[in-house]
Amino acid sequence: MRSSPALRKALRYLVLTVLAFIVLFPVYVTVVGSLLLPEQLTSRPPTLFPNDPQWGSYSEAWTDGHFGTYLWNSAVVTAMITLGQLVTSILAGYAFAMLEFPFKRTIFVVFLATMMVPFEVTIITNLQTVTDLHWYDTYAGLAVPFLATGFGAFLLRQAFLQIPADLRDAATIDGYGHLKFLVRVAVPLARPSIAALAVFSFLGAWNQYLWPLLVTEDDRLRTVQIGLRQLRSTQLDEINVTLAGTVLAALPLVVLLILFQKQLIRGLTTGAVKG
Amino acid sequence: MGRVAFDHVTKRFGEVTAVDDLTLDVADQEFLVLVGPSGCGKTTALRMLAGLDDPTSGDIVIGDRVVTEVAAIDRDIAMVFQSYALYPHMTVRRNIEFPLRSRKVPAAERERLVQEAAATLDLEALLDRKPAQLSGGQRQRVALARAIVRRPAVFLMDEPLSNLDAKLRVQTRAELVELQRRLATTVVYVTHDQVEAMTMADRIAVMDRGVLQQVGPPQEVYATPANLFVARFIGNPPMNTVTGKVVVSEGTVGVQLPGGRIELPDDVAAAVKAHDEGEVVVGVRPEHARLDPEGPLEATVAVVEVLGHEQHVICRLKDAPPAADAEGATDDVAGAVATESLFIVRQPNDDVAPGIGVGVRITVDTRRVHVFDAGTAGQRLEAA
Amino acid sequence: MARSHTRAAQRRREALLGYLLVAPALLVFAVFTFYPFAKNFRLAVYRDKLFGAGSEYVGTEQVTDVLGSGDFRQSLWVTVLFALMSVPAGIFLGLALAVAAHQRLKGIGIYRTIFASTVASSVAVASVIFGTLFNPVIGWLPWLGFNPQPPLLQNPDWALPAVALVTIWQSIGLSFIVMSAGLQAIPDEVMEAAQLDGARPWRRFWRVTVPLLSPTIFFAVVVGGIFAFQAFAQVEMLTDGGPIKRTNVLTYYIYTTMREAQDEGKAAVLSIALFFVTLALTLFQMRILEKRVHYAQ
Repeated sequence: MRSSPALRKALRYLVLTVLAFIVLFPVYVTVVGSLLLPEQLTSRPPTLFPNDPQWGSYSEAWTDGHFGTYLWNSAVVTAMITLGQLVTSILAGYAFAMLEFPFKRTIFVVFLATMMVPFEVTIITNLQTVTDLHWYDTYAGLAVPFLATGFGAFLLRQAFLQIPADLRDAATIDGYGHLKFLVRVAVPLARPSIAALAVFSFLGAWNQYLWPLLVTEDDRLRTVQIGLRQLRSTQLDEINVTLAGTVLAALPLVVLLILFQKQLIRGLTTGAVKG
Repeated sequence: MGRVAFDHVTKRFGEVTAVDDLTLDVADQEFLVLVGPSGCGKTTALRMLAGLDDPTSGDIVIGDRVVTEVAAIDRDIAMVFQSYALYPHMTVRRNIEFPLRSRKVPAAERERLVQEAAATLDLEALLDRKPAQLSGGQRQRVALARAIVRRPAVFLMDEPLSNLDAKLRVQTRAELVELQRRLATTVVYVTHDQVEAMTMADRIAVMDRGVLQQVGPPQEVYATPANLFVARFIGNPPMNTVTGKVVVSEGTVGVQLPGGRIELPDDVAAAVKAHDEGEVVVGVRPEHARLDPEGPLEATVAVVEVLGHEQHVICRLKDAPPAADAEGATDDVAGAVATESLFIVRQPNDDVAPGIGVGVRITVDTRRVHVFDAGTAGQRLEAA
Repeated sequence: MARSHTRAAQRRREALLGYLLVAPALLVFAVFTFYPFAKNFRLAVYRDKLFGAGSEYVGTEQVTDVLGSGDFRQSLWVTVLFALMSVPAGIFLGLALAVAAHQRLKGIGIYRTIFASTVASSVAVASVIFGTLFNPVIGWLPWLGFNPQPPLLQNPDWALPAVALVTIWQSIGLSFIVMSAGLQAIPDEVMEAAQLDGARPWRRFWRVTVPLLSPTIFFAVVVGGIFAFQAFAQVEMLTDGGPIKRTNVLTYYIYTTMREAQDEGKAAVLSIALFFVTLALTLFQMRILEKRVHYAQ
């Protein structure tokens, strides 16, 4: 029994659409919920479409719910961590790939070893350290422990190793030292890997939960993930505001996903395939 | 100003000696080709000249100063790499400009020099492209433009033509020589291709296993190879080299080869005489042998290669040792086919080609015969 | 000699630059990874006295106490259960979506973006979304008829599966991305050959796709396992480890031990345990990877 090509095609779209619907349903319900009045939220059957969207929940989340502040804090900390990881990884990756120095291999193994230690294992003493440094409730306390990553150094070392030795030789003849070569040639050539690392770092930093929870208690320093936690416990009659806050918290990453899908996929799959 | 010299230069990488006591002078505005099989040390020699590798001992002279201690940028050289080493993220213009930027050449001057170099190599229309948008030949020209843009006294070239297709290579060979004459600079050119060496060089320097074998004008190296290695490496099809036994009788000196005996002319005979009853290697260029029913060497035709303008009749000398026995010899001269059991005769295409498997006789032009010591060095034997 | 002098100087300069370039990262690692890691072993052999009266050296006594305690065993068991519930399901769903999206169709890019979209959701965001879906008053799940008593997140039997469900949904995007990349690495010819051999889709999936993807799947299992052992936000936001510690996963246990009980020694022992579990998973992965290299040869 052979079905016609058109029918098969329609069937494929149907399957994909059903799957997409299942994946997105929780998101859809959340967006709808954020646009309803609290009393509409409790109505049964649940409302599937906001006929009269109430955008007020967003402004309420932004001001009363401090989401403006939370988002700003998350942006600052994420920017610090992403930039910091890029810089330290580029520098170390270059050293491992292009320079010769005693104990290079040992130091490289040390970098790799950091990937074996989950951050959760180090929180006890790190909290103490950050407190001792008077970094409790500061951006420094939130960001500095994450300014380096073994994974990033490894990723960029691999990228720099791909640069043909002839390019380095040609630059040497023209008098470009290592630092100039790094800026003018190596970094531009490693751009795909650097972009992948940037997106990867951004994602990790934006989504952090445990550490910001530990080192901040001042609302003015809390990040958006912890902000969600604050809202979670609010009353049912404000749940639309909670949902609005949730949408706000996810929005930057949704934009990131749409704009940088390629880099994101590269960053997330390094090591998974091909290994 | 553009003189270059290696003065007893040796380079070791750990246990391996890549270049062994190299002494070589290159005159100003000379086109010198360093040629040899891969691993012979030619590229290492060039890299030492460029300042990319340091000699273990000995000195390097460029112009009138010793530059062994001088950084690459201050050596007044430019290098063209086999891979061209173009920066893929920069336009052609930026690539050509790159050597000028590090030397703090003012922008206006830079622009003028880039234009000039681009005009010389016919690249004006391509200045805003990236290397990936260029053909192989265009990339090669960009690499040349980048080298000439700052008018160095010496050009170093590392197999710059080996990534071009055969037709373009022939054309570019001529263009390179012409460019060198026009710019009046010294060129040190490294290649494994003896045809490039023969066609482009003012002088050839043949290297093998880190040791300089012979230096001289192409014709001289071709006509009087200093040893067996050079004899087998230079020339295509390669020189026939056959081991035989020296026989001295009644004032004549001959060599008993598989397939027959040949007599040597007086000048060579004098040098060979001392080897009476010993082994020597006789070398005969394929164009100095011909099929001749009266010839002294007996052989069987193995293959006939018809090239259009000429034919190569590849024969097996009677009683020649099987190919396997000569294996060692071919290894030594990688590239140059020197299977002792085969003997190539080159003849005009109009001549009638014999059938395969037919018995033939070969005569050789004994005045053009080369005789080499059968020892490992394979030194040329000639009258002192 | 002058020459060896310059060359040595050059080498020294290069080495110095090398150290300078690795120094910033190394400093961060020293202070925030290796020092606190090592410090755990010291904290583990000191026991906090009651009421903040300092601590005393107790040797390995505290280690054996903590690791032998029912609380630790339950926490480890809960974490393993959580991993078993969340990891395979997340990977399977990601794989299913990847296979569904692995075809040439107009507009497939939109579907791919949708399938990958849950990576844009943090665990905290997913927790709020599902916390609302589970809510007995306004949630969809109870309205659809699934309404256990006590409510889902307070129900000893259902709290852990509920937390796992949040995690599964949140991990689908990543799982989809990784599996898609794995699928794309399989040469088309292999799939076409299987098709020509007349293998039906279902059979093709199990006999060709899954075996060829096994390295990717394996990678995902191990990384997913490591993530599962670090799960924290979903528990902290949804269940606070309860009810009756049924969702008291290892990381949450460490957190409450240091935060609420203020017992650093005990928390350190738990941290060390977490490290070794992660290490075991990593080493396991490396062992298998080594084998895989053998297959390839």
